[in-house]
Amino acid sequence: MTDTSLPVAAAGRSLWADAWARLKANRAAVISFYYLILMAVICIAGPWITPHDFTTIYQDYNRVPPSLEAYPKADAIGPAVEDAVRRVRLNLDGWEQKDGKVLIRVSSAKPIDDRVAGYIDRSDVFEGSAVAEKSEDGLHMTISTDIERKYFFFGTDNSGRDLLTRTLIAGRVSLAIGLLAGIVAVVIGVLYGATAGFAGGKTDEIMMRIVDILYSLPFIFFVIMLVVFFGRNFVLMFLVVGAVLWLDMARIVRGQALSIKRQEYVQAAEALGVSASGILLRHVVPNLLGPVVIYMTLLVPQVIILESFLSYLGLGVQEPMASWGVLIAQGANNIPGANWLLFFPSFFLTTTLFALNFIGDGLRDALDPKDR
Amino acid sequence: MADTILDLRNVSVRFETLDGMVDAVRGVDLHVKAGETLAIVGESGSGKSQLMMAAMGLLASNGEASGVADYRGTNLLGISKSELNTIRGRKITMIFQEPMTSLDPLYTIGSQLMEPIMHHRKVGAAEARARAVEMLALVRIPEPERRMDSYPHEMSGGQRQRVMIAMALANDPDLLIADEPTTALDVTIQAEILELMADLQKRLGMGMIFITHDLNIVKRIADRVCVMRHGEVVEEGETRALFAAPKMPYTRELLEAEPAGRKDPPLPSAPKILDGTDIRVTFKLGGGLLGGEPIYLRAVDRVSVTLREGQTIGIVGESGSGKSTLARALLRLIPSDGAIVFDGRSIAGYSRQQMRPLRRELQIVLQDPFGSLSPRMTAGQIVTEGLLVHEPSISRRERDRRAAQALEEVQLDPALRNRYPHEFSGGQRQRIAIARAIILKPKVVVLDEPTSALDRQVQKQIVELLRDLQAANNLSYLFISHDLAVVRAMADHIMVMKDGYLVEQGTPDEVMDDPREDYTRRLMAAAFAD
Repeated sequence: MTDTSLPVAAAGRSLWADAWARLKANRAAVISFYYLILMAVICIAGPWITPHDFTTIYQDYNRVPPSLEAYPKADAIGPAVEDAVRRVRLNLDGWEQKDGKVLIRVSSAKPIDDRVAGYIDRSDVFEGSAVAEKSEDGLHMTISTDIERKYFFFGTDNSGRDLLTRTLIAGRVSLAIGLLAGIVAVVIGVLYGATAGFAGGKTDEIMMRIVDILYSLPFIFFVIMLVVFFGRNFVLMFLVVGAVLWLDMARIVRGQALSIKRQEYVQAAEALGVSASGILLRHVVPNLLGPVVIYMTLLVPQVIILESFLSYLGLGVQEPMASWGVLIAQGANNIPGANWLLFFPSFFLTTTLFALNFIGDGLRDALDPKDR
Repeated sequence: MADTILDLRNVSVRFETLDGMVDAVRGVDLHVKAGETLAIVGESGSGKSQLMMAAMGLLASNGEASGVADYRGTNLLGISKSELNTIRGRKITMIFQEPMTSLDPLYTIGSQLMEPIMHHRKVGAAEARARAVEMLALVRIPEPERRMDSYPHEMSGGQRQRVMIAMALANDPDLLIADEPTTALDVTIQAEILELMADLQKRLGMGMIFITHDLNIVKRIADRVCVMRHGEVVEEGETRALFAAPKMPYTRELLEAEPAGRKDPPLPSAPKILDGTDIRVTFKLGGGLLGGEPIYLRAVDRVSVTLREGQTIGIVGESGSGKSTLARALLRLIPSDGAIVFDGRSIAGYSRQQMRPLRRELQIVLQDPFGSLSPRMTAGQIVTEGLLVHEPSISRRERDRRAAQALEEVQLDPALRNRYPHEFSGGQRQRIAIARAIILKPKVVVLDEPTSALDRQVQKQIVELLRDLQAANNLSYLFISHDLAVVRAMADHIMVMKDGYLVEQGTPDEVMDDPREDYTRRLMAAAFAD
């Protein structure tokens, strides 16, 4: 054949492209997908934009309820003035609000030092304090100060930290644990399960009995043991959760591998003389990926819940870091006095889990249309 | 004059898919009278099953039916599900293709038979049981009383299909719809079931709609035939008249689709290419760590095969006769005892690694054109996978060229090589599977039921393709099939197997026209009965 030019080959539509088209037709899954992206963006970028740091403690704003208006509220200025003046051990003669500034008249038995203005500033309510007037004898003074306006859209917690920032920071932690521990579980599970399923026979038997033994270990004791040995830290969380959840993954993948191994296209590949690793990589793994992707989207919520559970028990991330589970635990302790402490983190957690589950469902339908 | 039981008028079925609406049935008019057998014939995808599914309200959730399905004055397409349930299962019943899956494995045959009887006739358990036993006797199940307590897995495929028939007939239906009821069965069993159904139909005087792709069956059982294609009725008429003088070209094409021709044997001096002596294959069932005593099953027992260059040996037998196992053992895909000589080399003791370089000369084409191609690879990748193994040095471009060339050889458009298997039809897929085997220029190809899952016309084309390829490349075939008509057209030597033994062998004319063994005689009678 001298003519080596080939006819232009039309592109085919792979199963993945088909699945993608079906997924796009699933409204709930698409909305969930965008919601999840939005959630991730907010949690990652949000803490830089919010006016507060997640560790900053505002002593004057313990447990203030969520509000779209700025703090302090009008009726809170009086007590704040009294508080601030008492703290510098002066007598309050009176105060008034004028042109957005607060004028505080104070007196004392001894001459007053000019530096008290700076002490007034230490209150979270005031800023830019300065001595406006001072009597000759130094026993009376008028201090002018601006009101420092702060926004706490989600309110504050028991220590006076901004809940919005903390919820977003907690979201970072929870999503990161969910994703990374999920990946850990999937990687270990797929490799282990595919090997066991594909090797079959004695190897399979031994590998799966090891899984059974690990299954029978009580999860909580296992975690406590690890925490005792290695101390509490963030990375350990990924490993612990991932190390427990890969067992399910391994079982699922092994079952899949076993059935794929008996497919005629694997027999055909064997008859072509393809080596075991070639069969594993070209035939078994690509055909496994559907269920793995589905299970992965269902695994992430499971991981987030597990982490929340561990954090709830006090075995998870440590203050001042937070995860949704930690925040929910704190919120639960403040019912009914400060229900916003429970409401906002739980809302974030549950909607995220909802979205993940919807995506998982959508993927299942998209990848396996004949089971519908 | 017999009255009309079911009258379909202008029935259409559409399915909503990602690619828009797909018309499966386009305005079909059909009727069936009491005591009449109507056969609906057509290739797969002609809409013959969907038409009946629509009438029974059994369409998939994305399908919708329009038109009129008039059952004694009631339009089945217009009534609610609960109204429909008073008719289907009682007055109109259905039998499906797959007897393995249409019975619930968790319940006994008896309870599955009794349930619809009690439901539709509002009778007690004792009466229903009596009726069930009576029905089992009617479908000629031996010891019906005892069989009532059997579970489906304790019965053979043919017996299960009999139970399905008993179930369908238990409520004295007016109309029985049978959707390829014998396709999954062996020829001998198939003949028995057909005979049973014809007999019952006459005795009970009901109407029957028989959906099939097999014209031999039609000839045997139907009073009237309706040929369907692309969702439309092509031709309809009395069976005898239609077979004698088909009016439409498509019907003629269908009737002539029987694989024809004979293959000449190779010269006696042709060298032996594959020679197996006293092949034995034993499977171990159970055993293991906690499995207890294993059971040993002899799947192939001392069978010898000699394949010469350019020869085609047809291996025939019922399912479970060991014909596929024998072929796989000869290719060393499964372990076996006995001597195997390929091209002068004794390969019986070869390990997997030692076999690997020889694989390119010993190829196999498998039965299921849907299962034998990996769904995540393109046709081009599938065809060239063997090159990846045996000629790893050639470039991607060269591989692409070879793929196009191989596809051309099997008469497929090379421009389709980037498509995925699910975008091809069954016949096209089988061509891809054949291209995958021949791209390596093998010497021996095992064809394991390569035409069984295909429609008659496609079968004929594949048979012709295989014969052309054999002549062009001097291939030797081991052709496994239970379809004797195809074997006759393909093979120059036939081996008949049963229960792992070789029953008889010889030239096609010897074995098929003048069988020596009783078993072969039964097999041939069932296959070629008119």
